Amino acid sequence: MPDQTFEYAPALESRSVVSLSPSYSPHIDGESRPPASGEYLTTVNPADEEPLAEVAVSGEADVDLAVAAARRAFDTWSAMPGAERGKYLFRVARILQERSRELAVLETLDNGKPVKESRDIDLPLVAAHFFYHAGWADKLAHAGLGPEPRPVGVAGQVIPWNFPLLMLAWKVAPALATGNTVVLKPAETTPLTAMVFAEICQEAQLPPGVVNIVPGAEATGRAVVSHPGVDKVAFTGSTEVGRRIAATLAGGHKRLTLELGGKGANIVYDDAAIDQAVEGVVTGVFRNQGHVCCAGSRLLVQESVADEFLPRLRERIGQLRLGDPLDKNTDIGAINSGEQLGRIRDLAATGTTEGAEAWSPPCEFPERGYWFPPTVFTGVSQAHRIAREEIFGPVLSVLTFRTPDEAVAKANNTPYGLSAGVWSEKGSRVLWTAERLRAGVVWSNTFNKLDPASPFGGYKESGYGREGGRHGLEAYLG
Amino acid sequence: MAGKAGDTDWRHTLAEAGPRERPEGHDGTPGEHAVGDGARIAVRRTHKLYLGGAFPRSESGRSYPVTSAEGHHLANAAAASRKDARDAVVAARAAFDGWSGRTGHNRGQILYRAAEMMEGRRAQFVSEVVDADGVSGERAETLVSAAIDRWVYHAGWADKFTQVIGGTNQVLGSYLSLSSPEPTGVVGIVAPPKAPLLGLVSVVAPVIATGNTAVVVASERAPLPAVTLAEVLATSDLPGGVVNILTGRLGEIAPHLATHADVNALDLAGAGDLATGMEEDAAATLKRVVRPEADTDWTADPGLSRITPFLELKTVWHPIGG
Amino acid sequence: MTTVPMEGGTVHDSAAPGPEASNAALRAYLRGLPGVDEVGARERASELAARSIKAEAKGTAIDLAIRMVDLTTLEGADSPGKVRAMSVKAARPDPADPSTPPVAAVCVYPDMVSVAVDALRGSGVGVASVATAFPSGRAPLEAKLADTGHAVAGGATEIDMVIDRGAFLGGDYRKVYEEIAAVREASGAAHLKVILETGELGTLDNVRRACWLAIHAGADFVKTSTGKVAPAATLPATLVMLQAVRDHHATTGARVGVKPAGGIRTTKDAIRYLVMVNEVAGTAWLAPALFRIGASSLLNDLLMQRARLASGTYPSPDHFTTD
Repeated sequence: MPDQTFEYAPALESRSVVSLSPSYSPHIDGESRPPASGEYLTTVNPADEEPLAEVAVSGEADVDLAVAAARRAFDTWSAMPGAERGKYLFRVARILQERSRELAVLETLDNGKPVKESRDIDLPLVAAHFFYHAGWADKLAHAGLGPEPRPVGVAGQVIPWNFPLLMLAWKVAPALATGNTVVLKPAETTPLTAMVFAEICQEAQLPPGVVNIVPGAEATGRAVVSHPGVDKVAFTGSTEVGRRIAATLAGGHKRLTLELGGKGANIVYDDAAIDQAVEGVVTGVFRNQGHVCCAGSRLLVQESVADEFLPRLRERIGQLRLGDPLDKNTDIGAINSGEQLGRIRDLAATGTTEGAEAWSPPCEFPERGYWFPPTVFTGVSQAHRIAREEIFGPVLSVLTFRTPDEAVAKANNTPYGLSAGVWSEKGSRVLWTAERLRAGVVWSNTFNKLDPASPFGGYKESGYGREGGRHGLEAYLG
Repeated sequence: MAGKAGDTDWRHTLAEAGPRERPEGHDGTPGEHAVGDGARIAVRRTHKLYLGGAFPRSESGRSYPVTSAEGHHLANAAAASRKDARDAVVAARAAFDGWSGRTGHNRGQILYRAAEMMEGRRAQFVSEVVDADGVSGERAETLVSAAIDRWVYHAGWADKFTQVIGGTNQVLGSYLSLSSPEPTGVVGIVAPPKAPLLGLVSVVAPVIATGNTAVVVASERAPLPAVTLAEVLATSDLPGGVVNILTGRLGEIAPHLATHADVNALDLAGAGDLATGMEEDAAATLKRVVRPEADTDWTADPGLSRITPFLELKTVWHPIGG
Repeated sequence: MTTVPMEGGTVHDSAAPGPEASNAALRAYLRGLPGVDEVGARERASELAARSIKAEAKGTAIDLAIRMVDLTTLEGADSPGKVRAMSVKAARPDPADPSTPPVAAVCVYPDMVSVAVDALRGSGVGVASVATAFPSGRAPLEAKLADTGHAVAGGATEIDMVIDRGAFLGGDYRKVYEEIAAVREASGAAHLKVILETGELGTLDNVRRACWLAIHAGADFVKTSTGKVAPAATLPATLVMLQAVRDHHATTGARVGVKPAGGIRTTKDAIRYLVMVNEVAGTAWLAPALFRIGASSLLNDLLMQRARLASGTYPSPDHFTTD
C-alpha cells in the first residue's frame, strides 16, 4: 500500500503585508473623519476570534454629511468628460492590482475565507471589475441605453459580508463609470477592505466626495437607503432586508436594484461528465464556506446515476481541507460570524429533525473561531426546510429526479431565482434545460463563474436589476 | 369560471349604481324610444369580464353603470371581485408557459392579427372613445389609429427584442456567456384611466409581446373600450388567459394584484393614489414595479420603455473546450 | 480531513470488454464512458497545481519523486557509454549524499537493455525498455513483438509500449486492444506500461477511452507520452488517467499505475504531479510501484532542491553530474 502519506505542511500567507490601523473612521468628502456618532464596533478575525480593529458605526449625521458630500461632488464628477472619469477608474484598478496581496490577506483576516480564494478569485475580479468599467466611462452613448444617457445622481449602496471587496467593486465601479457619486456602507463584520479602498481612492486622487464610505451596522444601512438625498439604492444581501428596502422606497423617486438570496439547483443528468460535475457541485456549494448567494445548495441528481455520483461526491468532499484561512492549502475557511454559525447550525438541525440524513467527513476544527463542516443531506424532500431556505453555509441538500421535466419542475419550485446549474454532455438537453430554468444565471457544465462583463442578478424573489456587463450600467443611467 | 350565483342578476349592487338612460346608443344599438312610436325597445348590454379566454360575469354577480364623458348611461360593466382577480391570476399563470414558449414570430403574428381585428371594428372603437373621452370624432379616429398601430409596433418587437437586448458577454475564460431576456411572468396592469383605448393598448401590447401574460384592470371610468378590446383579442388567435381584463372598482381589485404572490410584476400606470400602497405591498414578494408617471403622452413613440421592465435577463454559461 | 473510501456504486465496469469483444462492442463500451469536460478538467488540474508544498512536505515529496523517476535516454545517439553513465547515476543519484534514494528505473531502447542490466545488477533499479517500434509504433505487429521479445530477453523488467494511435483515431479499437494484449503476452514477467501518446489523441475523452482500453487489455501502467510529441505529459491528461485507475480500482480492487513522461523538468512540476496523485487517485498510488515520472533533466533539479533543503543554501548545478 502507500509507501508514505503526503501531509502538506502549513503554508501560511504572511500577515505582515497588512498594516492595520487601530481604528477606522468614515471616509467622507475625501478624508477620514471621526464619526459624529462617536460609536465604534470591533471587527474580529472569525478564524480565531481575535479583534482586528475598531471601526466606526456611522450614524445619521455621518450619513447626512456623506450624502451632502456626494451631492456636491456629483456636479463636477458627472460633468467631467467620460474619458477623464475612466482614467480615474483605471488608476484605481492599477492600485488594486498593486495592493492585491495585501487586500487578499486582509479580506481573509476579516472574512474568514481561504486566502487562495481571496487571492485567486476575489482580488483578480475586483481589479478586473474596475478595468472593465473604466473603459465604459467614455462609451456610454454606445451602451444601447439611449444616445445621451445621464447619471442618476447619488447612489446609496449597501453590501454584504461574503465578498466584501468584490461586492464593493460591483457597486462602485459601474456607479462611478456612469458619472454617479457614491455613499457605500460595508457590512458590519467585514468593513476593513472597504476602509483600505477609501485609502486607495485618496491614493488615486479621486475628487473628494465621489466615493464616501460609511461603515456601520443595520441602522447605518437604513439611514443610507432612506436618505432623501439618495437617488438610487443598490443593495446586496438577504431577501428579508431587500423586501424592507423595497417597501421603504415605495412611492418615492429612488431607483432600486436588489441582489438577494438564492437556493440554486445543480442538475446532474445521467450523461454528465461525472468528474467535472462532482467538482462543480463541490465548488458550487462549498466555495467560500457556502456564503454565496448563487451557491448550488440543492443537488438534483438523476436517480439512475445517484448511486454512482454520491460516493464520488463524498470522496471528493473528504479531500477538502478545512482550517486556517491563511494557509494557502485551505479549501474551507471559517464561518464569517458567530451569528451566522448559529443560523447554519439551526437550519442544519432542522434537516435532521425533519428526517434527512446528514453526512460530513471527519474534520478537525481549530480551537477557536467559527467553524462548520461541509455537510451533505441525503433523503431530502422538496418540503424540507433545508431544501427551501437559504442556509448560506457549507450545506448541500441532495434530491433526485427521474426525467428532465421533473428536474426543471423541482429546480424552479422555489421563490428564489438567482442561479442554477446543469450538467450534461448533450448540448440539446443543456439548452432545453437552461431555457426552462427560472434563474438569472445558469451555469451549464460549470458553476460559480463570475465576470465583470457578464450580467448577474435574479428572477423572482432573488431581486431585480443586473450587475455587470452592458446591462449593469442601466441601473445607474437615466 | 362562468358566472354562477348572480348569473341573471341585473341589480346594480354598488352603492352609487343607478342607471341613467340616453336616447341613442353610440355603439350602434338603437336607443330607446317611446313604445307605440313604432320603434322597438333597445337591447341593453351588460358587459362581462374576460378571463381565461371566456366572458364570464363577475362571480359576485355585480355590475356597475358606465356613463359617457357627458354623463349619459352607456352600458353596464361587470364589477369584478377579488375572487375574479384571483381567477384571472390563475388563468394568466396557466397561460404563461404556452405563450412564453411560442416563437417570437408566432406571437408577432397574433399581435398583428389583433391590429387587423381592431381595424375591422374601428367604428365601434371610435364611437367608444368619443363617448369615453368626449373628444371629437376626428380626434377619436386618430387615437384609434394610434392604438391599432401600437399593436403593429409591438408585433414587430416580438421577434426582435431578444437580439436587441441580449448578447454575448466577453468573459475572461474559455466560456460562452450569453445573456438573453425572458418574460417576467404574470404582470398585473392598472390601465391608465385617461386614455382608455390607446393607453390600454400601450400598456398591454408590450407586456404580452415578449411572452408575459397579463391581468388588466381596465379604466374604471371608461371600461368599454377595454371590453371591446377583449372581444377583439378573443377572436385574434390569442390563447385564452394571455390577457385577462377585469372591469370594476379599482380600489377593490388592483390592491389584490399587488398582494397576490403569483403576480410577478406590476404596471401601475393607472393606479393613481393606490400606487404607493400597491408598491409597498408588492415589496413583500419583490415584484417588479413600474411607477405611474405624472403625464404620459401615450401618442409618443414608446420604444422599449414598457418592454424592458417586464423582462428578466438570463445569462447562460458554457465552457468552450475540445 | 481524511479521505473517505468510496462506498458502493458501480463504475461503468459491468460491461467491461473481454478478449473476445468485437470492435463494435469496444466502440459501444468506450463511447459509453462518461465524457470529460476539457475546460473543467483543466481548471481542476490548475487548482491542484496551486497547492503550496513547503518545508518537510517538500522534502518528503522530493525523495518520493526521486524514487519514482524512470531516468530516460531515448536518442539515436545513445551509446553503451552513455547508458552505463546514466545507470550509475540512477543507482546513486547524489554521490555526495548517500541518503539520496535511487530512482525507480532507467528507460532505454531495446538494444541498450543489456548494457543497462549489466550496469544496474544488484542495485534494485529496474530496467525499462521502450519497444513496439517506439515512438511512432508504425510497424507490423510481428516487428513490435520481436522488438519486445528482444528487450525482455535482454533482461528488461518493464516494457513501455506505444499504442497504434492511427488505429485508435480511426476507430479500430479492436486492433489497439489486440496489440496491447499480444505485447502483454510477449512481455512475460515484465511489467507493461502502455503509452497512449495523449498529445496525439486530440481530446481528453480519447485519453479516457484509450486509458480504459489499455487497462482492459492488460496494462500494468498507463503512460502519457513518448516524449517525442508535443505536448508530452500534461496535468489535465494525467488527471484523466488518474481518475481512470481510481475508478478501475473502485470496481475491481486492482490498481493500475500511471506514468507521465516528457516535459517534467523541475521539482515544482514533479510536486504538482504528486499532489495530483495524492488528491485524485489517493495515497495508495504514492509509490514507485504505481506512479512513475519519465524524465531525464528532472533528476538534477530534484537533487539540487534536496541539497538546498538539507543545507538551506542554493547549490550550483556544477555539483551534480550531467549524466
